[in-house]
Amino acid sequence: MSEALANGYLESLLQGQSNLPRSPRGWLNTLRADALERANALSVPTTRDEEWRYTDLSPLYQKSFHHAPPAALPARAELTAYAVPEAGCTLTFVDGHFVPELSTACADPALTVMPFSAALAEQDPTLQAHLARHAVLGDDPFVAVNTAWLQDGVLLRVHAGRSAATAVHVLYVSTRAEGASYPRLLVVAEANGECTVVEDFVALQPAAYLTNGVTEVALADGARVRHVRVQRESIAAFHFGTCAVRIGRNARYLSSAVALGARISRFNLNITQADEGAESVLDGLALIRDKQLADTHSMLDHVQPHGRSRQLFKSIVDDTAHAVFNGKIFVRQGAQRTDSAQQSRSLLLSPRARVDTKPQLEIFADDVKCAHGAAVGQLEAEQVFYLKSRGLDEASARNLLTFAFAGEIIRGIALPSLARQLEHIVLQQTQKQTSYRNIQ
Amino acid sequence: MLKIENLHATVDGKQILRGIDLEVGAGEVHAIMGPNGSGKSTLAAVLAGRDGYEVTAGRALYQGQDLLALAPEDRARQGVFLAFQYPVEIPGVGNAYFMRAALNATRKARGEEEVDAIDFLELIKSKMQLLEMNQALLSRSVNEGFSGGEKKRNEILQMAILEPVLAILDEVDSGLDIDALRVVASGVNGLRTPDNAVVLVTHYQRLLNYIVPDFVHVMDEGRVLRTGGKDLALELESRGYDWVTQGAGTGVTA
Repeated sequence: MSEALANGYLESLLQGQSNLPRSPRGWLNTLRADALERANALSVPTTRDEEWRYTDLSPLYQKSFHHAPPAALPARAELTAYAVPEAGCTLTFVDGHFVPELSTACADPALTVMPFSAALAEQDPTLQAHLARHAVLGDDPFVAVNTAWLQDGVLLRVHAGRSAATAVHVLYVSTRAEGASYPRLLVVAEANGECTVVEDFVALQPAAYLTNGVTEVALADGARVRHVRVQRESIAAFHFGTCAVRIGRNARYLSSAVALGARISRFNLNITQADEGAESVLDGLALIRDKQLADTHSMLDHVQPHGRSRQLFKSIVDDTAHAVFNGKIFVRQGAQRTDSAQQSRSLLLSPRARVDTKPQLEIFADDVKCAHGAAVGQLEAEQVFYLKSRGLDEASARNLLTFAFAGEIIRGIALPSLARQLEHIVLQQTQKQTSYRNIQ
Repeated sequence: MLKIENLHATVDGKQILRGIDLEVGAGEVHAIMGPNGSGKSTLAAVLAGRDGYEVTAGRALYQGQDLLALAPEDRARQGVFLAFQYPVEIPGVGNAYFMRAALNATRKARGEEEVDAIDFLELIKSKMQLLEMNQALLSRSVNEGFSGGEKKRNEILQMAILEPVLAILDEVDSGLDIDALRVVASGVNGLRTPDNAVVLVTHYQRLLNYIVPDFVHVMDEGRVLRTGGKDLALELESRGYDWVTQGAGTGVTA
């Protein structure tokens, strides 16, 4: 692919951006302008870029996507399948646009939850203080494009010392073929605040569209944030997501990120354990088939002493699908007594399935505990035989074992209704995989 | 019930079984003994249908049909049960869920109604009591983190749930202390009926004090060297396997 074509692609994504209504807040207009400038200076990635070595985006570049309001709003009934009863409120975005009619207000006294439009109107200082300060404009063109389009989004503020009794649910619904949406979420947990937030990316039709989202999470000292991210886009979609997290002193961030959908998906999880005693627990699961490609790049930066991190990434890959996991761990010179462990485990269900998994540790402190491991394999023949020797047929045995492999991540999701939904999807998909295999 | 004739089998091209003849009738308990490497566990594995074993000659008839032609799951559904020497750990699959899936696979194959979760729980709890098992093991993953004794009891629990016609117990006594051995043995004895049969594969005579066999077969180098009653096991205990393997056991008498 020529540079010219590549550059042209970003331009095409930015078409219409200049028509965005100017915000009454000058800082936001400046931010967008900076982002636009940055996007114009960057080109789209190719497999020649180290960060994109395994992820060929050429199928994306053959399609064009445009940011536009939804043609029609989905009926409430179409969204009931995605309901999370444990959530105290749901904020629904359709094709990237906030839809109050499909959203509920948050009554939890521990939280302030509002769309950016409201936060801007109220001149909430939190927004300006944090927006684009964690997911900074760097070399990633997708972050730059998202920021250039910055208009709608959710601000979730957890009040100091308060613990939210219910979860916040942000639902991103795609309805349009060829649509492009740029979701944005900012979570700011003040000192010792505690909350759970769910981001769920869903599609109402099996169309090709683009989602390019950015989430920022800032945890002040002693804060606790549980973050569940479910990517169940249509199988033809393109999904790019960056989640940038800053963890303060003795604060704890727990993440469960599940990737099920999209033709090509890329999730960047960038964590900075910025102060002493910061902790993160990162669970990830990719369950893909057909020609899907799911790429997870994580970057976990231990900056100060006594940090702790636990990362478990699992992928289940069938047919000719391709999973990528790149897990960077930095331990800075000052980050003594860091205790870090990373595990990546992949299950290949077909001879043509592919996994690229790469742990990448850079350790500059000498008094640290850093463990990492990567395992790629098939279902264990001994386990399959054990189940068969008890009367289960081959297909049921394989389904059960595949389900169990995914279960470790799904069981870690503290919202029972969502965990059940995901279990159901996994079960369906493993069964589908089997019938598929039987046809061949 | 089970008739094995001239059974030969190889693993990775290596001849392990070299002509086994054995007949097991309903209501009988057979013990298969022998030194390490004699082929006892291979025989059990071949009967259960484990991958990687090639039958090169002979046959095994179970209830009149060719057992070796059946898939492992079909053998199980028709009442053949293997208690594993090393029960397999399956992280992420609940023990109770697993056993109910096994029972229902078998029941479905027989055209019987499936057992729902509530009835099953009642059934399995009563069986666990007989085996003096901790009910916490129900909600744990299959065999994961179980002690050696818990794993063996869990095998017998599956046997109790599935009520096999032919149970092959592969070194079910290994790694058990005397109390656990008694519990496991009484569990097995409690499952005996005039219509089913038990084949015990064991290295030691000790187990046979608790589960008394009708026949004892001594194997070595892939053959049955000698067959006798329960006294044969006692004689082995006092005189050692050499007594049979080095000439004393002459004819194949099974």
